[in-house]
Amino acid sequence: MGIEVRNITKRFGEFTALDNVSLRVPKGDLVALLGPSGCGKTTLLRIIAGLENADEGRVLFDGEDATHHRVQERRVGFVFQHYALFRHMTVFENVAFGLRVKPKRFRPSEQEIKDRVQELLGLVHLEWLADQYPSQLSGGQRQRVALSRALAVEPKVLLLDEPFGALDAQVRKSLRRWLRRLHDEIHVTSVFVTHDQEEALEVADRVVIMKDGTVVQSGTPVEVYEQPATAFVYKFLGNVNHFPGTISEGKAHVGNMAFDLPAEAQGQTASIYVRPHEMILDHSPFGDRCFRASVRHINPAGPYVKVELITDWGESVDVEISREEYQRLNLTRDAEVYASPRETKIYLEQG
Amino acid sequence: MIRYALIAVALSFLVFFLILPLVTVFSQALSKGLRAYLVVFADSDTISAIRLTLITVAVAVPLNTLFGIIAAWAIAKFEFRGKMVLITLIDLPFSVSPVISGLVFILIFGSQGLLGPWLSAHHLKIVYAVPGIALVTTFVTLPFVARELIPLMQEQGTEEEEAALVLGATGLQTFFRVTLPNIKWGLLYGVILCNARAMGEFGAVSVVSGHIRGLTNTVPLHVEILYNEYNFVGAFAVASLLAFLALVTLALKSVVEWKSERSGRRMTGVREEATDGH
Repeated sequence: MGIEVRNITKRFGEFTALDNVSLRVPKGDLVALLGPSGCGKTTLLRIIAGLENADEGRVLFDGEDATHHRVQERRVGFVFQHYALFRHMTVFENVAFGLRVKPKRFRPSEQEIKDRVQELLGLVHLEWLADQYPSQLSGGQRQRVALSRALAVEPKVLLLDEPFGALDAQVRKSLRRWLRRLHDEIHVTSVFVTHDQEEALEVADRVVIMKDGTVVQSGTPVEVYEQPATAFVYKFLGNVNHFPGTISEGKAHVGNMAFDLPAEAQGQTASIYVRPHEMILDHSPFGDRCFRASVRHINPAGPYVKVELITDWGESVDVEISREEYQRLNLTRDAEVYASPRETKIYLEQG
Repeated sequence: MIRYALIAVALSFLVFFLILPLVTVFSQALSKGLRAYLVVFADSDTISAIRLTLITVAVAVPLNTLFGIIAAWAIAKFEFRGKMVLITLIDLPFSVSPVISGLVFILIFGSQGLLGPWLSAHHLKIVYAVPGIALVTTFVTLPFVARELIPLMQEQGTEEEEAALVLGATGLQTFFRVTLPNIKWGLLYGVILCNARAMGEFGAVSVVSGHIRGLTNTVPLHVEILYNEYNFVGAFAVASLLAFLALVTLALKSVVEWKSERSGRRMTGVREEATDGH
């Protein structure tokens, strides 16, 4: 089922959590709502679920207006950030809950419930935990129980609030791959909220980036990564170095470097952004755009060597170079180097 | 050395203030033998005092249980204006002397009181009658259940209820299948304390009762009357009933505490539970 959100506005007292947000989730897609905390992404998810009412705007399921449908009628599956498993029920009863509370004429028989729960626990590979209580499970297991509980009522939409937020790094990685595979298997339209850009880019078909209650950009992971619409998106999707520049004679200037301005952009000040792995280092000046800096810190642990530089004008710059490059340069602390950005993003701002 | 000194002080304090009175109650009650002790309970005034106390409890405890659940539910699960005022008001009966509480009810329902003329015009008697006793007892014991449930329900939050609603449960199903099981031990604990206090309340009841023998005397008031009449065996025999109930309450309370701690541990996720018995 496709979801459409039209011009949603939500205020909590003086605070505007969502400001005229519109959004489309095509049927069968897995969409990530990505943004820093407080950007309104969880509120939007809760409005789609019906757990929260919007002050203005509409929510449509498959083109049908669901704005005034109660949460029970929306047939959504919701996975809470802290799982919200029923603590006094076994795993089996947790998953069976949605089936047991159905009105009598729709309620499956005891045997059907049993089969369905077993099947769902099988889907998440947890059949063997059916008789345990939530507190006896690990975080990752609780997450999977929460997911199969949500799937038990055959929801038309699956909504997940920070599904991996409370898990440690290892479990997180394997669970998000697993979620992707599960989605490919069952194809239920899904929306998940996250503040982790890596997670969003890896798992989702489409990423919706939010900031201060508005949608800044949406698109496939490749689109948003390669063509970030604003400086915010660019900064949010990975580490960046920021060089404030001045504009004169149709170019942006930083130190002794000059950059061409983007064609359609307007503004008085320029911000030049460079990702750490887009920086090239050498011992002597090279190319037509480079600056002198000294090495402040080197962290050789990990697949890349991370180098922190200080420019002549006192800014700190992060650089990631390959191990081979690091050995070739034979860098040491306080050494003098020349650095050049290979690839830049320039955004112009007013004033 | 300090450790033993502290334990000795604490123990002797306990013996002096708790054990000694308890022992005295039972020894005085039985000082003229078991027969004299039992005779007291055959007395019609004693029986009617016990009956009145039971009626009072039967009114106050269910009312306050219901009120406690509703108030705690409202406070813990919803945001609204005046929430802090409500929390403070619930504590009021604890902070006001019971005698004052009793007087307030006289001022409202008494013949010179606010509603007095209207009540007497309709031949309704509240003060110096059973309804008044039930009313003040309810007032005095109002905070017990609510106070017990509010922090518990606040701590548990609303996510489980939301999960139930999303899964299609109605409001009532959510309450009986999710909320109530999660608070049952706290609720029981509150009810036990409320019950104990309702049976033992003296001050407020004394003010509104009028001390009419066989009609408006509760067990604690009856004890006082017997004592003032120098019927020591009688007074202590009836008092021993209250003391016995206090001990039963204490035992029940410990059981409930132990149970709720165990289920609390199960619920909050101490992993030791996973290894034993499963």
